Amino acid sequence: MNLIRLAWKNLTYKPLNALLGILLFALSVGLVSLLLSLRKQADEQFDANLAGVNLVVGAKGSPLNLVLNSMYHLGYPNGNVSLGEVRAFLNPRHPLIEAALPLSLGDGYRGYRIVGTVPDILDWYGAEIGRGEVWQHDFEVVVGPNVVANTGLKMGDTFRSAHGIVDEGEDAMEHEGEFKVVGILAESGTVLDDVILTTNPTYWHTHDHGGGAEDHQEDDHADHDHDDHEHADHADHNHVGGIQQLLEAAEDKELTSILVRYKGINARTMSFARNINDNTDLLAAEPPYQINEVRRQFDNGQRILRILVIAIIIVSALSIFISLFSSLRDRRYELAMLRVMGSGRGGLFGLIVLEGLFVAAIGALAGLLLSHGILAVMANNIRDDFRYQLDAWRFLPEEGWMFLGALALGFLAAVIPAIQAARTDIGETLTEG
Amino acid sequence: MLATRALTYQYPGGEQLTFPDISCARGETWLLLGDSGSGKTTLLQLLAGLRTPGSGEVVVDNQVLGQLSGSDLDRFRGKQLGIIFQTAHFVRSVSVAENLALAQRLAGNAVDHDRIQQLLDQLSIGNKADAAPAALSVGQQQRAAIARAIINQPSVILADEPTSALDDANTHRVIDLLREQAAAVNATLLIVTHDNRLTRIIDQQIRL
Repeated sequence: MNLIRLAWKNLTYKPLNALLGILLFALSVGLVSLLLSLRKQADEQFDANLAGVNLVVGAKGSPLNLVLNSMYHLGYPNGNVSLGEVRAFLNPRHPLIEAALPLSLGDGYRGYRIVGTVPDILDWYGAEIGRGEVWQHDFEVVVGPNVVANTGLKMGDTFRSAHGIVDEGEDAMEHEGEFKVVGILAESGTVLDDVILTTNPTYWHTHDHGGGAEDHQEDDHADHDHDDHEHADHADHNHVGGIQQLLEAAEDKELTSILVRYKGINARTMSFARNINDNTDLLAAEPPYQINEVRRQFDNGQRILRILVIAIIIVSALSIFISLFSSLRDRRYELAMLRVMGSGRGGLFGLIVLEGLFVAAIGALAGLLLSHGILAVMANNIRDDFRYQLDAWRFLPEEGWMFLGALALGFLAAVIPAIQAARTDIGETLTEG
Repeated sequence: MLATRALTYQYPGGEQLTFPDISCARGETWLLLGDSGSGKTTLLQLLAGLRTPGSGEVVVDNQVLGQLSGSDLDRFRGKQLGIIFQTAHFVRSVSVAENLALAQRLAGNAVDHDRIQQLLDQLSIGNKADAAPAALSVGQQQRAAIARAIINQPSVILADEPTSALDDANTHRVIDLLREQAAAVNATLLIVTHDNRLTRIIDQQIRL
């Protein structure tokens, strides 16, 4: 029967007294931990997927939307642009541009997005083929590891894409043309883990726009024996040219957007985006700027929450203080008895402080569990809706500090009641009744 | 043994009390008699080291209390002084047996579960060892308080008005129990009371 055990027993003897303090601590620590974890992991995901992109060029609309859609595969595309408008960006001889990635977006398979692009994208994101080979021909796809895990797609599988990004189940409007899985990506920790990669021209086959009358007719008549027919059809487009193929394709073929890397940052690149926006029908958005905008919004929201959290923290410390202080009156006889039994003033001080620390520690632990429990629930939803991988059970060093901070607060809240307890006049107390 | 020499106490209000010298040998039983307001309780607190005398000294088992300070005095009190208050108070959150274990621990002794159970059995509350103190009747609580007072085999047992609320029959039983238990650990028993019934039972008396 030592002080720690006694403090614990005192706490569990009247659990309701401690409950409020524990709940408030859990709430404040949980909120802070939740915000920290979300912010930290969001930052990391944003950074991991920046891929050195200096500029995103696409159709007019919201620049933030363009960035989120083209780089993070969130939300819906602004619309498409014609190859004729953007061909200059793809030209390897462009004076400012080191490299460019053409993206064709808008279709999906069971909630996973199909991204038409060139294999260079793997280098941009530092991703590698885990099994199989890179996509070369139209309708060949390489799938991210998370897609494999959640759809069960395997090497050699075929599937049809759906128009739109959301998984609409049975009602999905399916496109003509069967995709074939030729490769699976190794996990890269980037957004590529969650997408299906194919060529840009594949989109031209599945979407008739700009496909010309020839394609139209073929599609109309190909309903019954499309297997043979489509393979023959694909063969026509089997230029293994990547960007070269796009440079040669018809002006009215469409792309969704282009990711651009500058050769270097200079005065011309500084005004490049503005020039595009002012002088063309295209929209140019700078990802770092847009992402900072998102962060700023997030921080604005956080500022209000922070005030709330601080208020809860103060109230939680107060609740410990009040519950300990008011329990002193109830317990003055037993505190005096402890002195009679041989406990020094330090013992009583320690006992009350321990009780405060217990409340703070339990509350803080509960808060951390609560926050990561919420993250675990969120992780499932977020993964599907936002392509945002949340590692729910990853604890940040800051959370360790928060735990110590909670203990410090528990100590502070307990100190005055503890001093009061240590000062108990035993003689007076025990002979009064 | 328990002794005082030229003991005085200065109340904060200014009134000063002077107490007669006491000398009680080990194993003896004494009555400390006095009317309300005569300073009995103050003397009890001085003897227990719960108050500091204005002058003079208290000697318990050859130790002058005034020479001890702070936690040394607290530990000495836990070890050498068993105190039974008029109302029994316990640490409410732990069982009767754990209260006794706490008394052993706080006095700096090892916890001896066998002795605790034996003692509770002797006082016929062995079956209440694991009960919460609040679950005991008043009589059982008084026995538990006696058990706690003697668990560390103190050299002095101080009892404050142990019989004031009891009828004659129970008064006899409690006094017998106290004497028996004090004798078992060879302690000096000093009963502080204004109950004149006790003067017929106990010969050695101090009057204030």
